[in-house]
Amino acid sequence: MRTPEQTTQEVLELAATHFNVPAGSLLPTDDFFKKLGIDSLQALELLSRLENHFGIELPDYEVQGVSDFKTLAERIQSRL
Amino acid sequence: MLDLSQYQSIGEALKDSLDQFANETCLIEADREREKERITYSEFRKRAHPLARGLQDSGFAAADRAGIIMTNQSKWLISAYVIFFTGGVLVPLDYKLTPEEHWQLLEHSGARILITEYPIWRLLGASPGRAAAAELRTVLVTEAPPNADLSGAQRWEDFRGEGEPVFVPRQRQDMACIVYSSGTGGRPKGCMMSHENYLEQCVALTSLYPFWPGVRYLSILPTNHAIDFMVGFFGPFTCGATVVHLRTLRPEFVREAFSKYKITYVSLVPLVLKNLQKGLQTRFDALPPAKRKVFNLLVGINKVLTKGRIRLNLSRQLLKDVHSAFGGELSAIIVGGAFSEPQTLQFFYDLGIPVANGYGLTEAGTAITVNDLKPFRADTVGKPLPGMEVRIVNPDAAGIGEVAVRSKTIMSGYLNEPELTAETIVDGWLLTGDLGKLDAAGHLQLSGRKKNMIVTEEGKNIYPEDIEAVFESLPVKEFCVFAANYIWPQRSMVGEQLVLALHLEPGQTYSDELRREITARNNRLLNYKRIHGVVLLDEDFPRTASLKIKRNVLAERLAQLDRAIAILPL
Repeated sequence: MRTPEQTTQEVLELAATHFNVPAGSLLPTDDFFKKLGIDSLQALELLSRLENHFGIELPDYEVQGVSDFKTLAERIQSRL
Repeated sequence: MLDLSQYQSIGEALKDSLDQFANETCLIEADREREKERITYSEFRKRAHPLARGLQDSGFAAADRAGIIMTNQSKWLISAYVIFFTGGVLVPLDYKLTPEEHWQLLEHSGARILITEYPIWRLLGASPGRAAAAELRTVLVTEAPPNADLSGAQRWEDFRGEGEPVFVPRQRQDMACIVYSSGTGGRPKGCMMSHENYLEQCVALTSLYPFWPGVRYLSILPTNHAIDFMVGFFGPFTCGATVVHLRTLRPEFVREAFSKYKITYVSLVPLVLKNLQKGLQTRFDALPPAKRKVFNLLVGINKVLTKGRIRLNLSRQLLKDVHSAFGGELSAIIVGGAFSEPQTLQFFYDLGIPVANGYGLTEAGTAITVNDLKPFRADTVGKPLPGMEVRIVNPDAAGIGEVAVRSKTIMSGYLNEPELTAETIVDGWLLTGDLGKLDAAGHLQLSGRKKNMIVTEEGKNIYPEDIEAVFESLPVKEFCVFAANYIWPQRSMVGEQLVLALHLEPGQTYSDELRREITARNNRLLNYKRIHGVVLLDEDFPRTASLKIKRNVLAERLAQLDRAIAILPL
């Protein structure tokens, strides 16, 4: 079982890879829309990638209104 | 299709649809790759009528108001049908708003009943804003887990009455819906829409884009949105067509749905359309050179053959792979909610996929103009729909002025806002606040906005007044939010941004600390509501005797600054 810190770290690494930004440039408190300059559709693509990685399903309502990596990681953690 | 000229209300028409198309497939609902349900019109009726009876038993009566806050799903439509059947007024709210915003609008609308989903209710029930909605008597929650704490709400699935409900007739001029076009800040704009507004709009739209039994409409835009309400509910239902709902709007499942359900129509906002274009272009670019050459040749042939009119069957043969990816039966993509770029529309048309581009406002009852594809034109938003009169107010030398519209589809006014209504509807003409001109062929070309607001590519209307609360008590002398194009008018409907005008205290500088504070507050807003930058003005803002900022005068003052230098991005 991953710790919340590990989950957060993996979320950050996957986001960095997916959007091709330097590893380590993202912080848990970052707003991913703003930091990555992405729109809501690209955020959904990231969610799909995270679901595949963690082997979970995140219903859309679970991530409604979430815009920072930390909260996103918490939602993932609760389903692991 | 039902002859809607014979009907007085939405409820009356829907009731007859359930009888007339009893054995047709009405709804399909899928969650990811799993189809959750598929029901006929007669099954729809069986699910709806006990709920209607339950509502009537609870005292819900004609003209009572009922809010729906749900994602797109079958229970949204069943609930809406029940509200109309029992003579109620529907208040459809955007499920993406915050709980505080929801409560504010529920209070403003005077809703007696709220129908919502459990995940939304968890947030709503815990919000302190709940106390404000004093008239709310009953909350029905769908899909709650067995042991869930419902905080005073009742289960939608269990809220059933015994025996047949009594249909409550309404007249054409009676209010059918209160639709909020914006205004979760100080001044909610609740558009009061009559039954006639919808009946007339449905006739006009289906004359250009008809539905019939067997047509499958993919419902992606939120159903509270005027477009999906019309083409994803009322329109298809009165024609016996099928509505497909997806509980997950991830791009991969949306793509899959096109081919799985052989979709005929879909409505999209420009952002999604552009995303589709990007995805297709990437695939085309990745083709090996020889295949790419053949593909480009076929697109070229298609362009020539469809220059004057759409030829769907021919395009499907010529560009089989592209059309197969969309299920092979897509007849049109309806795009609305915001301005679409002509090159995106042309891209799809060249592939033989017509995009029904249009222009509308909630206040005007969905659409004012729609491209009729006779012939296709990417540079306009089409011609006025049947029954719509459009004129340009105070045109300049180029023929550009404010777009005004008059028709039976226009709202009766803003709820509890007689002054705002009088400013917006003058002598029967709805002043849209948008700038444009009518060309020789009768097509409307939009060229900018007169009003202080923006529309995002996701189709969200954002008014500066609605987001100012987040900057309250900012350590500056005074501030005001503007649409940048309101200050510096542009002949453009895309890339609109909001800016925060600041007047600092004497001796204060625009420090990193202040910028960080603004950024932190900005980040509390939903991503599409955020300001883009700051504009500094070293003078007192003009104010009225009651100390309100004179926005138009301040905008004129700011306009004297050079936009390129004045906006300091956050």
